Amino acid sequence: MNFNLTKEQQMIQKTVIRFTKNEVEPIAAEVDENQRFPTETVEKMQRCGMMGIAVPREYGGAGADELAYVLAVEELSKSCATTGVILSAHSSLGCWPIQQFGTEGQKKKYLKPLASGEKLGAFGLTEPNAGTDAAGQQTVAVPEGDHYRINGTKIFITNGGEAGIYIIFAMTDASKGLKGISAFIVESDTPGFSIGKKEKKLGIRGSATTELVFKNMMVPKENLLGKEGQGFKIAMQTLDGGRIGIAAQALGIAEGAMEKSIRYVKEREQFNRPIGKFQGLQFMMADMETKIQASKLLVYQAAAAKSEGKPYGKLAAMAKLFASETAMEVTTKAVQLHGGYGYTSDYPIERMMRDAKITEIYEGTSEVQKMVVAADILR
Amino acid sequence: MKIIVCIKQVPDTNEVKIDPVKGTLLREGVPSILNPDDKAALEEALRVKDEHPETHITVLTMGPPQAEEVLIEGVAMGADTGILLSDRAFAGADTWATSNTLAKAIEKIGDYDIIFCGRQAIDGDTAQVGPQIGERLGIPQVSYVEKFYLKDGNIRVHRALEDGYEIIEGKPPILLTTIKELNKPRYPSIPGIMKAYREDLIKVWTYGDLDIPSTDIGLDGSPTQVKRSFTPEQKGKGEILDGSTDEKVQQLMKKLQENNLLRRD
Amino acid sequence: MGIKILQEECVGCTLCVGACPFDAIDMINGVAVMNENCTNCGACVGACNFSAIIREASEMKAMNIEDYNGVWVFAEQRKGELMDVAIELLGEGRRLAEEIDTKLSAVLIGDDVKGLSEELFSYGADHVYLSEGEHLKQYTTDGYTKVLSQMVEAYKPEIVLFGATHIGRDLAPRVAARVDTGLTADCTRLEIDPEGKGLMQTRPAFGGNIMATIICPKHRPQMATVRPGVMEKAKRKEKREDQQLIEFTNDVTAEDIRIKILEVIKAKKTGVNIVDSDVIIAGGRGLDKKEGFQLLEELADRLGGVVAASRAAVDAGWIDHDHQVGQTGKTVRPELYIACGISGAIQHMAGMQGAKTIVAINKNPDAPIFKIADIGIVGDVYEVVGKLLAALEEKA
Repeated sequence: MNFNLTKEQQMIQKTVIRFTKNEVEPIAAEVDENQRFPTETVEKMQRCGMMGIAVPREYGGAGADELAYVLAVEELSKSCATTGVILSAHSSLGCWPIQQFGTEGQKKKYLKPLASGEKLGAFGLTEPNAGTDAAGQQTVAVPEGDHYRINGTKIFITNGGEAGIYIIFAMTDASKGLKGISAFIVESDTPGFSIGKKEKKLGIRGSATTELVFKNMMVPKENLLGKEGQGFKIAMQTLDGGRIGIAAQALGIAEGAMEKSIRYVKEREQFNRPIGKFQGLQFMMADMETKIQASKLLVYQAAAAKSEGKPYGKLAAMAKLFASETAMEVTTKAVQLHGGYGYTSDYPIERMMRDAKITEIYEGTSEVQKMVVAADILR
Repeated sequence: MKIIVCIKQVPDTNEVKIDPVKGTLLREGVPSILNPDDKAALEEALRVKDEHPETHITVLTMGPPQAEEVLIEGVAMGADTGILLSDRAFAGADTWATSNTLAKAIEKIGDYDIIFCGRQAIDGDTAQVGPQIGERLGIPQVSYVEKFYLKDGNIRVHRALEDGYEIIEGKPPILLTTIKELNKPRYPSIPGIMKAYREDLIKVWTYGDLDIPSTDIGLDGSPTQVKRSFTPEQKGKGEILDGSTDEKVQQLMKKLQENNLLRRD
Repeated sequence: MGIKILQEECVGCTLCVGACPFDAIDMINGVAVMNENCTNCGACVGACNFSAIIREASEMKAMNIEDYNGVWVFAEQRKGELMDVAIELLGEGRRLAEEIDTKLSAVLIGDDVKGLSEELFSYGADHVYLSEGEHLKQYTTDGYTKVLSQMVEAYKPEIVLFGATHIGRDLAPRVAARVDTGLTADCTRLEIDPEGKGLMQTRPAFGGNIMATIICPKHRPQMATVRPGVMEKAKRKEKREDQQLIEFTNDVTAEDIRIKILEVIKAKKTGVNIVDSDVIIAGGRGLDKKEGFQLLEELADRLGGVVAASRAAVDAGWIDHDHQVGQTGKTVRPELYIACGISGAIQHMAGMQGAKTIVAINKNPDAPIFKIADIGIVGDVYEVVGKLLAALEEKA
């Protein structure tokens, strides 16, 4: 494993750092406060080619690797976890399955506009009664001539309402259970497609999280992704990669909170000295930093494995498990280090703590990650 | 249209810190950046290219080998090619020798309509290289450009003055020096970064590539020399002024004047 | 040529490594070795305590410097009005001229500006070189460069000083290149070398982090632009008999001027950009009322700065959020930050402690802002600012 970033990766990182400082950080608090999807940021990300960062150049992407993508999500999330997850969901859950499982025609038609950022991508698997247990899918796709007629509801869909292209899962043969699930590429302007309830959330409040409602939605047969019955496999593989993105988001949140805490304990004086001089706090910070660095290694390791075409399911699960729990712990302690100020919205720390929580839940809860790891080691 | 943009890699002087004990510059951790006025110059050239895609942009710099980084950044932002003038023989150049060298390189490039330069670099703040390149090439210049547009094949600019601006019209070939207020430069694009590193778009020219006598370049070609450089007196600990209000104000005035803080520019 | 490390003298102390702004010195086998990053800036020469780093003399082609005499000041005028900096340069130029025992001259270029020569005489110019013409009415790079270069070649001055204005900084480099001499920009101090009688020009570099003294040993004239507001203005004196107006006929034609000035527009800078401003006057809760910011605005105007505020003042509705400095506002690092009635909450200081010089005015001597201030004044903010304004008025 090579611990050095390539020059390309370094420059991508530098660029995203600058982008984040100038474009993302200044509006992060407002986006959270108003629960506003930062459309303008997405447009800016599009202009600098960030939306297709890991998509091959032949499909209009930048052709960078998984680690470059991770660096981008990490840096964005240091200041704004909302922006981090917009990119992560778009890239890992929107672009990747088409890139991996799509036909040439599907790639031309759908991957290109996603890679250019002209359209935003999203992923619809979860249903009211099918969360961790995806086999409980109640969305049904019935073949009808050249189309599938799809009926059902998806919930908690990141980028819902903002995305133009959705990867949707539906039961094509309920008798086969998991093997009866199929994946479809659905455009937001398909008749019968609508956006339902928009969630109000504890954290990542600027990101759009909505319900998707399909009422007699007619999806052309050429929009079937992979083959009938491959849906579950596609979903699971996609989420394996998605977890790397979320792990990077969690890592970024933790690092952001850490940076701010380091600055604060040097500035804040009590008992006539900076509070960073107190060993009780120093020990706390040493633990925080150690866990952050451990997370970073896990996240980069998973990304490198994916880039190199090695198995990464277990690595991604471990990275997400550890990074998300670290993010929660570090942000909680960061609030503590900031004292009363940290509890107020004058400082971004309370927002970061709220944002951190979701990383332990979405794209597989921490418990699911443990299931994945255990299944792999006990195979 | 053919455009040459002269750029420079500079230490981010905002990040420079002074060793409190030794009083010397702490260079560690000082990032190198593309000089802000130059970035505005490049952005303006890129806007011409946005409007007229057939425009060809060359970014040109002189510096040590690692100055290639700013050319990479320039190409990643959208320039077509980059040229690095790098040779120990060029080192130690003052503005006169620097502009000689750059002008020779521009003559070698040959074909150009507009040369964009940043007004000044933040490490030297001289604002001399742009006009001196113009003089060497024998072309007109407009400095302090704060607005630029093309109008019927002519070039229209606003030249910033201390108390307003001039609207100036010129024709190619022309040299323009830009101030950072001119525009908000774009970020390097991620595909641009990949392209800059993977395609062979940057050339390095050494002394041998330019038709120029050694007495016109580098330290030997520099009429001015640094006799001495030193760190200015460090500010001591803060001081609370004593006396009546009038006395305090007088002391304050004196200190501001000593520290050159009463200018208005 | 260039900077050389005398390896036998080097004791391996690494002082030079720390002093080098360009990462150009490596320690190899215990001695300092220059690498290709060296720009010959000379920072290491002064840093070495063992005379192990020297600057080798350059083999510059030289001119006959004995032929050059006199100190010239470019008397910049706009629309027939002399710029203040011209008077400052006359003050400085007089001092230099006396040290090298020569004449002080002003160079006046324009159209129908002869009247200004009286003013230049009254500020002590021994000679005024005047060149007029209809194509010189407005400043253009082409027109003025042509005339001034011809004058320099005809009269061979030893020193030529310009104000570092937008015009001076446009003209001086062009003239220096045309007459083949060196130019030092934005000087803040000028001295005569007691030995060689050359001009030692000191200027800030590296964003003001270092000062460099520049010389121009083998070329004449020695040219410099000087920051406005730095030098003392010349005092008005009685007219003397020996003051002389010398008219220089120029041949500038319309064809010489290759650009066209369509319009000159006077405009005050609009919009607030507290992040980019070198001077910031900030107000806080201690102002007690909205109107306080009008006073700060006046002070900002005087000092060429902008007005900023603490969160308390913004929250009180006295000023727009665009002006807010601090954790929830903007981070600024100006040359000068004057905090008026700001106690210095940690959120505020987070946004401004990078300022070069911090002046704090507050009635509470225990206000935390005094801890980070370079200059503190305990007192009523209205009284102090009012008197400061009066003092500035008097100086101007």
